[in-house]
Amino acid sequence: MKDDTLSATFQAVADPTRRTILARLAQGEATVQELAEPLPISQPAVSKHLKVLERAGLIERRREAQRHWCRLQAKPLQEVAVWAAEFQQYWDESFERLDELLKKEKGSHQ
Amino acid sequence: MKASQSISKPAVITTPNDTEIRIERTFDAPRDLVFRAYTDAKLLSQWMGPRKYKMTIEQMDVRPGGRWQFTHIDTDGTKYGFHGEYREIVRPERIVQTWNFEGMPGESLQTALFQEHNGRTTVTSIVKFERKEHRDGMLASNMESGLNEGYDRLDELLRTVH
Repeated sequence: MKDDTLSATFQAVADPTRRTILARLAQGEATVQELAEPLPISQPAVSKHLKVLERAGLIERRREAQRHWCRLQAKPLQEVAVWAAEFQQYWDESFERLDELLKKEKGSHQ
Repeated sequence: MKASQSISKPAVITTPNDTEIRIERTFDAPRDLVFRAYTDAKLLSQWMGPRKYKMTIEQMDVRPGGRWQFTHIDTDGTKYGFHGEYREIVRPERIVQTWNFEGMPGESLQTALFQEHNGRTTVTSIVKFERKEHRDGMLASNMESGLNEGYDRLDELLRTVH
């Protein structure tokens, strides 16, 4: 279950256009038009990306006064973010411990 | 007295191509010793992973075809399991092993290269994923542009949404 969520999230965020869209939505709800405006691609292409994001559970869409609004659903993204930050932290802390161990081991062999 | 450099430098993590992550770090010790810290279970269990985790090594058969398996146990009892197989052991230069993190999609192949210069050893680990998505997903938020600035806001958002 968690595996599937992460896989879907991974695929969704693997594309730079979709990451741009998510970054914009992290600042607040936006209309499809607002999302498409700064992007160098057609509106149908933007719609396709939005569908992928929606299927991955990363955004929610609603219609109001003839406008399509998108909103970030941050939970799946947070799972990935937590994992990525932990990757760097995992290795940095491990290597600090290795520094200490090597120092100790070097001393005991001299 | 000469001031010693006590500030530890972070590991340099880069993406040389679509499916790989490269992790590089230099240690102030000769290659034989660093290699031993990677291949001797008694030493490995003393440094691998964050301090707050307890580490148990269930299996560590350091030879081509040998299996390895270890578990990190968090302070709240949560267990994180890792396992794989050694593919290549060239003492004290190179370790090639498969790597699975239980709960994450995809197996990766990790090659660790040990190079010594003037008594210091640089370890370069190249982690190769089966699919670009597996690698990118892991790194997307952390290392690439776009989402980075969004994360502080994302934290705020999460607090309001949930």
